[in-house]
Parts: sequence; C-alpha cells; structure tokens
Amino acid sequence: MSLLDRPSQSTLAESGMTRRQAWGLVGLLAAAVIAWLVFAVWPDWLNSILISKKAFVSAILNGITLAGLYFLVASGFTLIFGLMRNVNLAHGSLYLLGAYIGYEVTNRTGYWLLGVAAGFAVLAIVGVIMQVFIFRRLEGDDLRQTLVSIGISIVAADLMLAVWAGGTYQITTPEWLDGALTLPIITAVRSNGASVFLTYPLYRVVVLAAAIVIGVGLWLMLHKTRVGMMIRAGVDDRAMLQASGVNVHAVFAIVFAVGAGLAGFAGVVGGSALSVAPGEDVRYLLASLVVVIVGGMGSITGAAIGALLIGLAEQIGLVYFPTYGIVLTFVIMVVTLAVRPQGIMGKAR
Amino acid sequence: MSLAIATTGATQPNWLEKLGAGHIILGTALVLYPLVASDFFLTQIGGYSLIFGMLGLSLMLLSGYGGMVSLAQITVAGIAAYAIAILGNNNSNILGFGWPWWLAVPFAVLAAALASALIGWISVRTEGIYTIMITLAIATATYYFAQQNYAIFNGHSGYAGIRAPVFWGVNWRDPRPFYYLCLGLAVLSYAAVLYGSRSTFGMTLQAIRDNPRRMRALGYHVTAHKVFAWLLAGVIAGLAGVLLVWFNGRVSPGTIGVDAAIDVLIIAVIGGLRHPIGPFLGALVVVLMQTFAIDIVGAERFNTLIGMVFLVIVFVSPDGILGLWGRIKPHLAQEALRPGP
Repeated sequence: MSLLDRPSQSTLAESGMTRRQAWGLVGLLAAAVIAWLVFAVWPDWLNSILISKKAFVSAILNGITLAGLYFLVASGFTLIFGLMRNVNLAHGSLYLLGAYIGYEVTNRTGYWLLGVAAGFAVLAIVGVIMQVFIFRRLEGDDLRQTLVSIGISIVAADLMLAVWAGGTYQITTPEWLDGALTLPIITAVRSNGASVFLTYPLYRVVVLAAAIVIGVGLWLMLHKTRVGMMIRAGVDDRAMLQASGVNVHAVFAIVFAVGAGLAGFAGVVGGSALSVAPGEDVRYLLASLVVVIVGGMGSITGAAIGALLIGLAEQIGLVYFPTYGIVLTFVIMVVTLAVRPQGIMGKAR
Repeated sequence: MSLAIATTGATQPNWLEKLGAGHIILGTALVLYPLVASDFFLTQIGGYSLIFGMLGLSLMLLSGYGGMVSLAQITVAGIAAYAIAILGNNNSNILGFGWPWWLAVPFAVLAAALASALIGWISVRTEGIYTIMITLAIATATYYFAQQNYAIFNGHSGYAGIRAPVFWGVNWRDPRPFYYLCLGLAVLSYAAVLYGSRSTFGMTLQAIRDNPRRMRALGYHVTAHKVFAWLLAGVIAGLAGVLLVWFNGRVSPGTIGVDAAIDVLIIAVIGGLRHPIGPFLGALVVVLMQTFAIDIVGAERFNTLIGMVFLVIVFVSPDGILGLWGRIKPHLAQEALRPGP
C-alpha cells in the first residue's frame, strides 16, 4: 500500500512545488499590502472608501481576537471529529455551560483565574462522562452519535435555561486585565502634527495570546508527545492503532476531555469579553461548524486558518455591510466546499 | 401475491387491493376525522401535524432513500413562506407585491425547490456525516441572516398579516377547509414519495445510497441524482412552508430557527426514517406531546421532555416508532401461530 503510494506522492510534490511557490508569492504580496494598510498613514481617498483607518484596523484586530476564541472552541470539535468520527453537535452547549460555570465560580470566589480553571476542569469531566457513558455505546454509528449529541444539546440548553434563566451575564475580569493598550499604529495625524495612536482593550490582546499559546501547546502535544502520536495515528487509522495494543478508549477519553475542556475554557474567556446568554451555544456551534468545514476535519492548523478567515469575515462584514455580514461567512464556506470539499487542510479520504 | 395481481388484474383493475387495507382504513379515518373533531383538534393537531409531517417527509425522502440527513428542511420551507409574504400581501408595509395566490404559490414553491437544490449541490460535495454539519451551518446562517437583514426579511419581526386565499367561495383558513387542504397536499406528497421510491429514479437513488462508488462505476451521474432528490424534497418542503405561513398568518426568523430545524429532525427520527408514513406518525406524536405534555411538565421544561424522548428513541430503536412496531410485529405473529399453552 505505502509502496504503491510513494511514487504518486512524490510526483505530486514535484509538480506542486511551483504552485506552492506561486501561492507563497501571492501570500507575501498580501502580507505586504496588509502591513502597509496597518502601519502607514492613510491617504484621504482610502479613508473615504473604507470609512476610516480606525474602523478598518479595529475590525481587523477584532476579527483576529474573535478568531482566537473561535479557534479555542473549534479545535476541540475538530480533534473529536478527526479521531472518533463523532460530530458532537452539543459542542456549543459545552461552551455555554463552561461560561455559566466560570461566571458562578468567579462571582462566588472573586478569583477570575479560578473561574477559568473551573470552566476547563468541569467541562473536561463532563466530556469524559459523555464519551464513556454515551458515545462509547454507539461507536461506529456516526449518525446515531450525531443524533444523540443533538438530543443532549436540546436537553442541556433547556436545563441551563432552567438554572440560569434567560438573563445576560457578564463575567467580571480582574483589574489587571482591564484597561487599554496603546498600539504603535497611527490611525490619523492631527492638524497640529501629533499622531493619534490606536488603543485597544488589553483583555482582547490577552485572549488572543492565550489562544496562540494553547494552539502552539496543542500542536506540540500532538506532534511531540506519545499521546499526541497515538491521537494522530488514530486519526489516520483507528483499527490499526487498536491492533497495535493501544487502549483506544483511553485515548478517546483524553481527546474528549481536552476538547470539551477547551470549549469550557473558551466559554469563560469569551463570556468575559462578550456576554453569557442563552443562544450563544448556537452561535459558537455555527462558528465551530464553519471553521471546521473550511479548515478541514481533524486538523489543528486547519482550525486556526478557518477561525482566522471566519473571524475576520465576521468582523469586517459587521463594519462594512452590517446586514449582509453573515453572507460573507456563508460564501467562504460554499467556495471552500466547491473548490476543496475536504477543507483547506483536510486530507482527502 | 404479485402473480395474483397479474392474472386478475388483466380482467378487473383491483386498485383497491394495490392500495392495501391499511391505507384505505387510514385514509377513511382521516377524511372522516372532521366529523368528530373540534376546531382546535382540526387545525392545531390535525393540520399542524400534517404540515410538520410533510416537512418530515421531505427529510425522510432525502435520508431514507438518499442517505443524506438534512437539517435545512425548515429553511427551505421558510424560503417558501417568506416568498409568499413578499410576493403576496402582508401588513408589515415592506415589499408585498400583491400577487394573487395562484401566481405566488407556484413561485414560492419553485424558489424553495431551487434553494433546496442549491443546498443539495453544496452538501453533496462531501459525503456521509458532513451533510448534517453543512446543512446545519446553512440553516443557522440563514436564520441569522433573516434576523439581521431588514431589506428582504424585515429583520427580527418578519412579516405578519398573511392571509390564506379565498376562492371557490371557500375561506381556506377556516378550520375544516384548511384541514382538508393540508390533508390533500400531504396525501399527494405521500403518494408521490411512495410512487417515486419504486420508480427508476427512486431505485437508482437507493442504490446510490447503498453504494455510490459502484453506481458511479456503472455510469450513473451520482451528483445529478442526489441534487434531483433535493429538488423533489424542496417541492414538498416548499408546499409545507406555504401551508405553514397560511396557518400562522406570519413568518419571522423564529419560524426557521435552529430549534425548528431540529424539531423536524426529531419528528422524522421519532416516527422512523424507513417508510414515508413515519414522519407523519412522528409529527402526530410530537404535536400531541407539545399540546398535552405541557400540562404535566409545564411549558418551560417541554424541551427537556422532548429531548429525553428523542434520546430514548435513538438509543432504543434507531428506526423510531416504526422500528419498534417492526420489532413487535413478528412476536405477535408468532404468538398467534403458537398452538396454545
């Protein structure tokens, strides 16, 4: 099998080199244009087209931080799907539950970090319970697993409504995360020659940093540790992994714990930046679905790329065509499916 | 059996026999139902079940015969409903071209069918479980779009004041005519699906469901067949959407929300996805529960109840109530054959 595969792969790689170089060039050009857009002082005609530099750069920054949040939610979703072929449509509920738990813990103890930790830990446990007691019984039947996850999401949404009612909560962030950061980006030059620098909420920068750290951590875990090796092997061929003596159910439980825990973590972090309310579960479920469809199933890198695309599209859409913003997200999904059905980083199966 | 039909069929057309006793009894009961039912039972239970049964039927067509589980059926119905509101009359002072019903309805159903074909074309790019994800993403995105957009969908409030037509001297929104209208369209769709499943196209679709690669190798255009199935399902869902908007008199983003999308799936799964009668059965069960279980668990916790019932059905009997019946039936037959204790 692998012997047969090798020649065809190498020819693909050879013919793909020039194409890759071309794409690299395009990417480099795009990066240069974006860098100029961000750092240069805009001429008037550009300001008139894109409303204002402040609006544009804020949209980009908001898009990137939102992408960080989406990445946190979607990475768990994509890992669970990649390994277990389990489309967990209750993933949005996990996000919302994490947010509520984070709210309760932060409110009672006064320590925000404790809330974040609780969000992760409790949801990791919930994830393991879901995997061991529910999904394991339906292994190999992905339609029923999906249906069960839908059932869970309905019941979970209703029970959360019963406990926390329909109100909107905001998790209070600690003081050291409040305030704004002045970025070295000049938005405009006043008539007296003084430059106006862009300020941006510190908290959002921290969210982005956390997402990047976790993303790198996940990548390292998947590529440098023994468990990660097992997970990757399981994504490629589960039966073979099982046959070589690995307890796949333990691996599944770990992946579910990490995936659900990340959703809970994202819930607390997102609930602090935005708000916690019924209906958020559907929003983040949609985000994870689209991110994973665009990025490719089972790929962390794909989830990062997808999250970046969707986050940027959403925020830019919000600023420039407010009532048609969602169409942009939709178009990205359709174009991806038309050009590359398995997703940007997905493997053809 | 088939031999008997062939020999006797030559002399006398025994379409009654072909129809089957079950269908005749059920049909008679449904036609006579208005004689015993109050207005509430006619529309809120009867009409509503039939409408959602049609929606479930369009899903059953796709998943039962095509192997594509869609969560976007309510979206397709919603497109027809919005089209009726926009093309016909509404009292929201936005759009409303004032077309007569006989022009607006075909266009609305056509729009729904085309939208369904488009959704199908997008989702058949991938296979299996991806369909459910893509259709859910489409349904959710459409819901948010309808909520945000005021130029076409009139945003959060949607359209109100949509009236069912009055023609042949009948106001079709009155309980009895509306019930018969729903019944007529439901029977039509049911018969069409049943007939279609035995046609060449239906057989090909089922073969594609079972083994797409082999069918492709045999020279069938797999994608075209699947997209056509989506188009047909879109017609049924579109008709249901028209009935739904006449029933409610209004359409808003809530009509096509994610809850509603999942409700259609629940209905189809509870009833059973193997036979076209399943969705109607499921719709009746869910609507009855919606109406009467509220007295037991209270209106707020209804979703928990329905979610639990759904979970139990998925765990116990993947083929829904029909599957349960299929499992019990052989036992009963055995019971009858057994020669005493």
